[in-house]
Amino acid sequence: MIELKNIQKSFDTKDGKFQALKDVSIKIQEGEIFGIIGFSGAGKSTLLRVMNLLERPDSGEVNINGKNLCFLSRKDLLKERQSIGMIFQNFNLLSNKTIAENVEFPLKLAREKKSERIKRVAECLEIVGLTNKKDAYPVSLSGGQRQRVGIARALASNPKILLCDEPTSALDPRTTENILEFLKKINKQFGITIVVVTHEMEVVEQICNKVAVMENGEIVENFDLKEPITEFHSEIGEYLFKHLLNLEAKVDYVI
Amino acid sequence: MLSNILNVLPEILTALGQTFYMLGETLFVAIVVGTPLGTILYLIRPGATHHKKVLYIVLDGLVNIIRSFPFLILLIAIIPFTRFVVGTAIGTTAVIVPLSICVIPEFARLVEQTLLDVNTGVVEAAESMGANLFQIIWYVLYSEARAGIANVITIITISLLSYTTVAGLVGGGGIGDFAIRYGYYRYKIDIMFFTVLIIIILVQIIQMIGNRTVRVLDKKK
Repeated sequence: MIELKNIQKSFDTKDGKFQALKDVSIKIQEGEIFGIIGFSGAGKSTLLRVMNLLERPDSGEVNINGKNLCFLSRKDLLKERQSIGMIFQNFNLLSNKTIAENVEFPLKLAREKKSERIKRVAECLEIVGLTNKKDAYPVSLSGGQRQRVGIARALASNPKILLCDEPTSALDPRTTENILEFLKKINKQFGITIVVVTHEMEVVEQICNKVAVMENGEIVENFDLKEPITEFHSEIGEYLFKHLLNLEAKVDYVI
Repeated sequence: MLSNILNVLPEILTALGQTFYMLGETLFVAIVVGTPLGTILYLIRPGATHHKKVLYIVLDGLVNIIRSFPFLILLIAIIPFTRFVVGTAIGTTAVIVPLSICVIPEFARLVEQTLLDVNTGVVEAAESMGANLFQIIWYVLYSEARAGIANVITIITISLLSYTTVAGLVGGGGIGDFAIRYGYYRYKIDIMFFTVLIIIILVQIIQMIGNRTVRVLDKKK
């Protein structure tokens, strides 16, 4: 389970302090596919980076599976990160390493035995259907294939949580669908909790169970997508989810 | 003309040997000291996670100051230091000290620039996997920048070849010194041209090997 409590985070910019996250609390249950949607600059990527402490919050708690990451020593934190996979909008693969070496990378960092590594790499490439590309370099792959390598790499260390930062924003619609299918599959098959940051409604609609809407560093809406949406608390929530609205329900503004 | 050249051929070979000796030793020192120095500059630069203000100002300033010295001046200015390190300020080995001091900051600066080209997203990805600083440097920065670093080594080797010509001033010898002695002091134009030809060919060969290495190492294209 991921539980963030009262997270504050600000950055120093040329124009003074910028409050990226204002008292954000969020609870994500095990096995969920949780979406965080909002426009750019809303703070959603920062929020995602707080979950593995790539961004250390100014205040608040980051509880992952019952451990408050903020209190861990550097060494324990690095260890903990190995059980939290992450994929990125621009894939961020090592360009001078082959596909197999890229997937092997997290295992190398964790100092796994060579024989174990080879076995696991083969398994992960199998999951994303890229076994035949194992000796290729990232440059020769399409965007969708690169993201599948990203997914395989994130899966290699058997994470319980997968953080996705705009995973399909650099991909065309058809490839997007394909990547989302993979995410859904690994959520079902391995019970991995997935957090997806996105600005695309299709992503939320296709794979998320729950979604939080962010604006100006705050979460302004929380929806459980298994239930019909009956009311909005924000304009942006209405803007994004209007078409999902149960039309018979009366719209109720509680701003 | 040919006989003139044949007469000095053994001397040319000795001079070439001295040049390679100076090049090899200095390049070794430049890589061993310059790479970590460039890496530190990159890691503690303003805006980086490991930014160290004072240390950066000191190292950055030092690098700039040494790079401002023309090699000839540096060679003479640090004679006491050279004597302290290798026991003498004269001879091929003695030249390696000023050569190294001259080239280390240049090498470090170029390494820093090369590392700045590494996609920070890849560094972030490694951090998200729990990589420690050493692992990030070794597996990410150096791996991603390896073609760039090979390029830096090529550039520095060629600069070094030109620096070694000044080495004659303190009895360092080498092919450049040979060209000056025969061509300039003794007016043996044919021998000078021959030596210059050798230097041109040397530069071509170094550049060719460098380019080829870069191409093999770079998987981005």
